[in-house]
Amino acid sequence: MSQNGSHRKEKIGVYVCHCGSNIAGKVDVPAVVEWAASQPGVVVAREYKYMCSDPGQDLIKNDIKELGITRAVVAACSPTMHEPTFRKAAADAGLNPFLLQMANIREHCSWVTEDPVAATDKAKRILGAQIHRLPFNEPLDSIAVDVNPDVLVVGGGIAGIEAALKLAEAGKHVYMVERNPSIGGHMAMFDKTFPTLDCAACILTPKMSALGKHPNITLMAYSEVTKVDGYVGNFTVRVKKKARYVNTDSCTGCGACQEACVVRKVKSEFDQGLGYRSAIYIPFPQAVPLRATIDPEKCLMLSRGKCKQQSCVEACGPQAIDFGQKDEEIELPVGAIIVATGFELFDCKNESTYGYGRLDNVITSLEFERLSNASGPTGGRIVMKNGEAPKSVAILHCVGSRSENHQEFCSRVCCMYSLKFAHLIKEHLPETEIYELYIDMRANGKGYEEFYKRLMNEGVNFIRGRAAEVTELAITHEEEGKLIVKAEDTLLGVVRRLPVDMVILSAGLSPQHDAKEVSQIFGFGCSASGFYLERHPKLEPVSTVTDGIFICGACQFPKDIPDTVAQAGAAAAGALTLVNNATVKVEPTISYIDPEKCSGCHICVGLCPHAAIRFNEEKGVAEVIEAACKGCGVCVAACGSGVPQQRGYLDAQIFAEIEGALAV
Amino acid sequence: MSDNAFEPRLIGFLCRWCSYNGADLAGTARMKYPPNMVPIKTNCSGRVDPTFVMKAFQEGADGVLIAGCHPGDCHYINGNYRTAARYPLMKVLLQQMGLEPGRVRLEWISAAEGDKFARTVAEFTEQIRALGPLEWGKQFSGNGSGSIGAGGQEPTEALEEVPA
Repeated sequence: MSQNGSHRKEKIGVYVCHCGSNIAGKVDVPAVVEWAASQPGVVVAREYKYMCSDPGQDLIKNDIKELGITRAVVAACSPTMHEPTFRKAAADAGLNPFLLQMANIREHCSWVTEDPVAATDKAKRILGAQIHRLPFNEPLDSIAVDVNPDVLVVGGGIAGIEAALKLAEAGKHVYMVERNPSIGGHMAMFDKTFPTLDCAACILTPKMSALGKHPNITLMAYSEVTKVDGYVGNFTVRVKKKARYVNTDSCTGCGACQEACVVRKVKSEFDQGLGYRSAIYIPFPQAVPLRATIDPEKCLMLSRGKCKQQSCVEACGPQAIDFGQKDEEIELPVGAIIVATGFELFDCKNESTYGYGRLDNVITSLEFERLSNASGPTGGRIVMKNGEAPKSVAILHCVGSRSENHQEFCSRVCCMYSLKFAHLIKEHLPETEIYELYIDMRANGKGYEEFYKRLMNEGVNFIRGRAAEVTELAITHEEEGKLIVKAEDTLLGVVRRLPVDMVILSAGLSPQHDAKEVSQIFGFGCSASGFYLERHPKLEPVSTVTDGIFICGACQFPKDIPDTVAQAGAAAAGALTLVNNATVKVEPTISYIDPEKCSGCHICVGLCPHAAIRFNEEKGVAEVIEAACKGCGVCVAACGSGVPQQRGYLDAQIFAEIEGALAV
Repeated sequence: MSDNAFEPRLIGFLCRWCSYNGADLAGTARMKYPPNMVPIKTNCSGRVDPTFVMKAFQEGADGVLIAGCHPGDCHYINGNYRTAARYPLMKVLLQQMGLEPGRVRLEWISAAEGDKFARTVAEFTEQIRALGPLEWGKQFSGNGSGSIGAGGQEPTEALEEVPA
């Protein structure tokens, strides 16, 4: 066998795309085509303005049918874009799709190269690699595998709830895993929603309750995904059900235990630490599932081993309390996964010039949500720490967002919720003076600009300028006892000092603190901003690089509720498209081991990341378990004798690519 | 490229899930970097057999980049750890064969790191430019027929003797 491929009488067709001016504007396409036509094995080389268009694809199809070409290479965009398009075209014309290769001369060449001559030269090398490779390509058949129709949804905020309900309504069984004791996420904490001022609870709780009751949904709250194995259509998910120390089958959610508990001053997570809960608690009255949970760090029985009163046990009619309960691990087989793990509020302590955590009455936006919420710790009264209503409030936009020191991006929702806050304060306290300090007002949603206009007419003071500092140091009599917000009013061109009673920090949205670790469990990456990485920012915003795993909501990037709900629907549709089929085709680019050549040294067996190689003791050789092999090729590279080979990435194919890339 | 100046010829083995997509992102973001490297896609950086690297040098490459997912991000759980384990051994081997250690480079480049990809190629191009041309095939055989690849006939058989 020779590496130049001359022994194989393949008829190669070369198709170079202009991509409008995207490629042709930099690469001399006619020169590339002329050069390609002279390469060994090439029988036809063509160019076209848009090869992905129907007439472009027809060029390839016609050559397969009429010229009898046996191999084809399309020099165009990235294979992640259009390889499926062209392989399908080849298959339609009767050519095995794996006999067509893409040469990426757009993303890897025309778009990144300054000099047209150098770009043309590089395009030839990229194309040459594929021309050399093609004689070594073999026809392959995609493997059809069965699909488990069940779906896992991770995260029970509005995104996960929406996706789970859609799938359940479509007749699919859904497992919902939420790490907190109740579903609801951040939306359950909000008071009103912008710009319509719908009560958040009024529109969310019916959905929460529908989810909790749905016969097609298995809700696992207070649980976390710890491991994901398998592949598209056939995932095995390991879930840790954390011990609640309460038997959820017999607990009725009456709340008698939390009233009886002697440990009553635990800062409530749901109320952002503004209110208190007991050591045994139901996080909020509309919780789903409505079940009590014991905080093992605060419960005297669990943390110190004794509680004299054990009043919760006494109070519990159904005797649901079980101090001996242990964490439980279960395995769920599912066909598709939707990850909707949401966001965290930017930690305002990191913006130390605003004094959060140091100055009383500097509060975060989420704390304000709880303050203004009728079911919150103050019953909806907007008050300062001393219990009095503030006479003046400053709302500071872009805390942590649009910042070179923190998060570069705009969090997209803060302008609008800040306007909502101003409206709510005016509604509760009409006499209170309100200042909104903004960089730019971003009101780009349906009804958002109109809401901004409305607020301008409600007597709110808008000051264009990012706040520089919040301080207690008064320099005039009227500043004494106040918080002084220093900012440059960029419209007036003056530095202002605003003495106010309360400062609300409109904090940006950050990725969850463990987003990185969670993304690694599911096998997709994070973007530079730390949010989960979608497969394609425009066309596949809810898919990930792992087939069968989808993302939606604020875990992908900050977004408002309408966008989140829309994305959740898209993710549900993506999952449904997959699990509605009995089988799914997976790539056949997996390894095989020739039993005649294997010496049985075991090296590959231990290296396989997916335990897809077993040792056949009888024959004394290693064998690939085809259904388990994912095609990484580690075994191929590791074998001292080159026995394992990876279909579609044979040594011979890579060697040929190397030769071709360096032949020009 | 001008005729006189030395233009390094580089091969870059990019894993399909992270680094290849990172290179795509550099493209979509229109980041400019030197045209010296031709990317070759493998599913995982763990697929990069050391013989690929030697083959590249034999065919006239002046430098070889291997790029994969960041530790912990591998699409195949730990394929990139195999790469990381193999790489230092391969580097020693190449050194024993007379190569400057700077002619190979291993980088973790995620799908979100288009800028890192562009920067790496630019840096690596300059690194190899400073080292000068390699002409490894010629050094080993004098007449241009590579000794490792057994006269250019069948590199695979000869190369596979090298333990991975």
